[in-house]
Amino acid sequence: MAQKTLSKMEKDLLENIAGLHKVPEGAYSLRVNGQLFGKNSSANIQIEKKTERPGIEIYIAAGTKNESVHIPVILSETGITETVYNDFYIGEDADVVIVAGCGIHNCGTEMSEHSGIHAFYVGKNAKVKYVEKHYGEGDGNGRNVMNPTTQVYLAEGAYLEMETTQIKGVDSTDRKTYAKLDKDSTLVVYEKIMTHGEQYARTEFEVELNGEGCGTHVVSRSVAKDNSKQIFISNIKGNARCSGHTECDAIIMDNASVKAIPEIEANNIEASLIHEAAIGKIAGEQLIKLMTLGLDEKEAEEEIINGFLK
Amino acid sequence: MLEIKNLSYTVTDPVTGKETRILDDVSLTINERFVAVTGPNGSGKSTLAKLIAGIIKPDCGQIILDGVDITDMSITERSRAGISFAFQQPVRFKGITVKDLISLAAGKKISISEACSYLAEVGLCAKEYINREVNASLSGGELKRIEIAMINARGTRFSVFDEPEAGIDLWSFNNLIKVFEKMHERTQGNILIISHQERILDIADKVVVIAGGKIAAYGTKEEILPELLASSAGCRYTAGGDN
Repeated sequence: MAQKTLSKMEKDLLENIAGLHKVPEGAYSLRVNGQLFGKNSSANIQIEKKTERPGIEIYIAAGTKNESVHIPVILSETGITETVYNDFYIGEDADVVIVAGCGIHNCGTEMSEHSGIHAFYVGKNAKVKYVEKHYGEGDGNGRNVMNPTTQVYLAEGAYLEMETTQIKGVDSTDRKTYAKLDKDSTLVVYEKIMTHGEQYARTEFEVELNGEGCGTHVVSRSVAKDNSKQIFISNIKGNARCSGHTECDAIIMDNASVKAIPEIEANNIEASLIHEAAIGKIAGEQLIKLMTLGLDEKEAEEEIINGFLK
Repeated sequence: MLEIKNLSYTVTDPVTGKETRILDDVSLTINERFVAVTGPNGSGKSTLAKLIAGIIKPDCGQIILDGVDITDMSITERSRAGISFAFQQPVRFKGITVKDLISLAAGKKISISEACSYLAEVGLCAKEYINREVNASLSGGELKRIEIAMINARGTRFSVFDEPEAGIDLWSFNNLIKVFEKMHERTQGNILIISHQERILDIADKVVVIAGGKIAAYGTKEEILPELLASSAGCRYTAGGDN
């Protein structure tokens, strides 16, 4: 094991991505600079290190209620490239919160890259809230790259809510989310992205609504500033009596570019699918209203963006 | 006190290049508690309000607030100098809550109970609204009341309301009038209300009638109202609203 304590900067990263001031209580796994820094299982939540490739397996016992798992990742050295496979097995009727996230502090000149491949196998009637934050910072010229892949398998009656946030400092991201839904299960996704400078973010959702009565909401809100580029793709397939809704709402600023490609596909007459996509600059009347309250234009802009991404 | 001196405003049709004078050499001094501005649709009332708030700039003329020339000031500067403006059509914001807006209006972080008191004053049940987003889920009437609550939270010495009564159906006019009276008690300033409603004109200390970009009449309600009501048979400018 490379290091035993977290530096101040690493603690700051941890706070940014997981809201934690120190190594968490309860079940957790903390990965620092390509190594498992520490992990802890609890009575109901077992965390095991994978043997054949980097990553962990998390087993949440059936009926586990009101417990949480934290699995943050920190990269504080420049030039680290890693792909990590984390699999979550959530037992029937469990009700848990899973907090993941990756913070990169790249003060060197080499690229730091973290690709987290997360699979969720959610048992019957289990309920999961999955919170994921991506944050990058650095004072060198090294690029921060994060390419998360999320696979979600929802059994009958299962519910997974995914809240993913990438607000600052990630130079390039290519996010993929795949989901397959059984009978009466629900997937809700709230994605928030803000890109600036020369950043690039591509995010793609593919949801298969296979079971009777299942449903999904995929909602993305993003702000693209400066010369940044964003691409949003969502594809929802309704293969049964189901409901699906995808929404992309973007604010574009400066010389940024945003492309939204919402796609819905109904393969069953009882499938009800909706897509919405809107891209536009901040409305002039919103700026004016806030300026009549005493804010200057810059402050008004920040207020509008902060609210939009709240 | 707000003095408006020889204010003119012209718009140019971007297609035909044709110029239309919206306000023509308007001079007016507002130093009473309540001054109501009325007049037919398209007469230039809302333009006057926007010129006062700095949202548009005049071709010529001056606007003076308590002796300070604010004509060249930006919207923000005027706002900080003590001008508030309640929009005819309030603006919606995704993600910004009623409490956020009232805090911004007050210019400081305010407690929930303070925010609630501003909402209660405009007849909104505070706990139902305080954390709601000021988005499309709110009705026009609800937005109008929140707009008024914001002006209340600002408490500036000069406030302009552009048709505050529009959309407020179930809430009695008496309450709206009480809000203005309380606002004046607190700020000791001047309140300019653009309105078509006789009951609002009725509480005004002075009434200004604008027609065709000019001041057609100016005086106490006793001087103006009889004439206005007599002429409304042919010209129904006290009956409806602009929207």
